[in-house]
Amino acid sequence: MTILDDPKLLVAADTDAHPTTVSISSALNAALRDALADDPTVVIFGEDVGPLGGVFRVTDSLAHEFGESRVWDSPLAESGIVGTAIGMAMYGLRPVVEMQFDAFSYPAFEQITSHLAKMANRTKGRVTLPIVIRIPYAGGIGGVEHHSDSSEAYWTHTPGLTVVTPSNPADAYSMLREAIASDDPVIFLEPKSRYWVKDVVTLPARTAPMTRALVLREGTDVTLLAYGPTVKTALQAAEIGALEGLSIEVIDLRSLSPFDDETVGSSVRKTSRAAVIHEAAQFGGYGAEVAARVTERQFFHLSAPILRIAGFDIPYPSPKLEEHYLPTAERVLAALDTWEW
Amino acid sequence: MSDDVLTRGAPALPTRLPIRLIDENGDPVSTTRSAGFEIPDEDTILSLYRRMVLARRFDAQVTALTRQGRLATYPSALGQEACEISAVAALGREDWLFPTYRDTIALLTRGVSPVEILSFFRGDWHTGFDPYEHRISPQATPLATQALHAVGLATAARLASDSVVALTMLGDGSTSEGDAHEAFNFASVWQAPVVFLIQNNHWAISVPFEKQSHARTLADRAIGYGMPGYFVDGNDVAAMFAVTSAAVGRARSGGGPTMIEGLTYRMEAHTNSDDPRRYREKSDEAKWKLLDPVERIEKYLLNIGALTDTVRMDIAEAGEVLAAATRDAMNTEPVLDPLELFDHVYRADRPALREQREFLARELATAEDGSTP
Ligand SMILES: Cc1ncc(C[n+]2csc(CCOP(=O)(O)OP(=O)(O)O)c2C)c(N)n1
Repeated sequence: MTILDDPKLLVAADTDAHPTTVSISSALNAALRDALADDPTVVIFGEDVGPLGGVFRVTDSLAHEFGESRVWDSPLAESGIVGTAIGMAMYGLRPVVEMQFDAFSYPAFEQITSHLAKMANRTKGRVTLPIVIRIPYAGGIGGVEHHSDSSEAYWTHTPGLTVVTPSNPADAYSMLREAIASDDPVIFLEPKSRYWVKDVVTLPARTAPMTRALVLREGTDVTLLAYGPTVKTALQAAEIGALEGLSIEVIDLRSLSPFDDETVGSSVRKTSRAAVIHEAAQFGGYGAEVAARVTERQFFHLSAPILRIAGFDIPYPSPKLEEHYLPTAERVLAALDTWEW
Repeated sequence: MSDDVLTRGAPALPTRLPIRLIDENGDPVSTTRSAGFEIPDEDTILSLYRRMVLARRFDAQVTALTRQGRLATYPSALGQEACEISAVAALGREDWLFPTYRDTIALLTRGVSPVEILSFFRGDWHTGFDPYEHRISPQATPLATQALHAVGLATAARLASDSVVALTMLGDGSTSEGDAHEAFNFASVWQAPVVFLIQNNHWAISVPFEKQSHARTLADRAIGYGMPGYFVDGNDVAAMFAVTSAAVGRARSGGGPTMIEGLTYRMEAHTNSDDPRRYREKSDEAKWKLLDPVERIEKYLLNIGALTDTVRMDIAEAGEVLAAATRDAMNTEPVLDPLELFDHVYRADRPALREQREFLARELATAEDGSTP
């Protein structure tokens, strides 16, 4: 059973809404459209987000529908985009800005870490910055260099930021609406390789709160912790594992910061084994925090060390070689095999 | 007021020499240096003078308190009063100021109380004042970053059709940062009601201006961004105020951003922990001492017979009252609650932060008991 089949989690707010086939990209587009319509303080700007609709079409037709004073193309400078968003938020707007690709968010690093993340704290909560930074991230799309980075650890390491990443269209819609409504700044990571994956969803969708992890598949032997692009990998591994008699529980973390200790903890106490999967390089990666954290809290329930199935500690490879870098279901299962059972 | 200042869409080129209305002897200069700007009226000059003297007294007091160890650090603006006070005087209550660590006297002049201004420099974790009450953003330390905030805020105001101008202060060194460039460009493309006031005080800690820019002046850059640029004698408060006011007016009336470079000098060390003897000559400081902005405007006021002894004594007395209040404020130890460190990082509740807060609370309680944790 996936989250999409769970009636408890998926409540259509709109009674005459009906299920349609939507991709993550179009679900995000719908979320932005509804946010613009519901809240006049929401504005969208960034590189090519206007008439083009963004290189991944997430802002498709919004400039046309809402006009240039709500959705516009900014000059091409990421620090400028985030820095001006901060000033706009100080004046009461809710900017939703786009970094065109993960690695191109780095010019904005200073604005994000030194100002966006800290402004509420250094003003004793008097200035809040309800800004969403949308970042298409991770690989698997045959991107040339600088187009496939997984930069989540930079952001999760920064106090003051909330970092979330959806893995399916319903979550994409629901979590983006929640991120825009949040008074804390949110780094919203969009898994590029999943943009065009479709599901039958009733929009507007309201799934679990964005800061909660969700059990997507129940199992008793192992807990696989995945997020964004690796959720599919984990589900595939669980499917294959089942054929071999291995009962794998799959958790979609959804929120990387904060971390849902409760959901993960209760799963790990049940299965006593866990592995975390991500595309980013292993060393100092997000999986290191997950492994340490879960070990500290659940050590006496664990039968084996927590494993990390991650990218190698090398720059993200070229399109022709990325298949050797990306964690696969086979690699996940091989890793689980290294445990003594 | 100069015609070109108010000419929409026709950027003014900076003058060859800095715009000057009053020379170092306190005499009005010939019109060739004034670029069409006029010396403000006597009342305005008197009020600027008064604020400069008070700011200088405050600055000296804070420098002294820092030497006594009362503040963790203090970047003095001694010698830069003409720029600092003009910036504030040119703004209305509805406008916003985006200052740096250097611009503490600008905050004072805009009405922030000494204890609120200095809470950060004395070692607290937050900006002591309410940015919305004073319409002043927290003093920025990461160089040039605040210029982008100014552009964003001004743009939001423009989108709301509010008549609000944002003025941001920048140092000469900080104009080498990428954010300065991005702010100039965004402001111009978006025609944001922003004034960039660059205080070229000749030094970025130990690095002289020549090592920051090979351009004749920083104001020359403005033309490349499609905005007017003004090269001004930053120690002439009459010129600084006239040009800054015009730029604020231009922004307010929809004319877009303006870049102003005020040529001035940092008379003190960069901060109390800096030692200028390692990188500059005493003779350089002495040369600039002759161009002192406060003395210059005082001479002007005396020359035109507008400064009576009573007024001078009045101001001096107000300065002493301010200094005493500043001493009192800094001589009481701030009450810092370590647990508050957790309270404003997020608006939303964070279980993990709550746990860490409880951990520190237990540690503090144990320490109070006298037992070791
Ligand atoms: C991004 C960044 N880099 C370096 C520093 C350290 N730093 C603080 S002040 C300063 C010099 C700045 O000079 P300038 O912009 O001319 O301003 P002034 O201090 O003279 O007012 C430096 C290098 C900083 N605060 N921010």
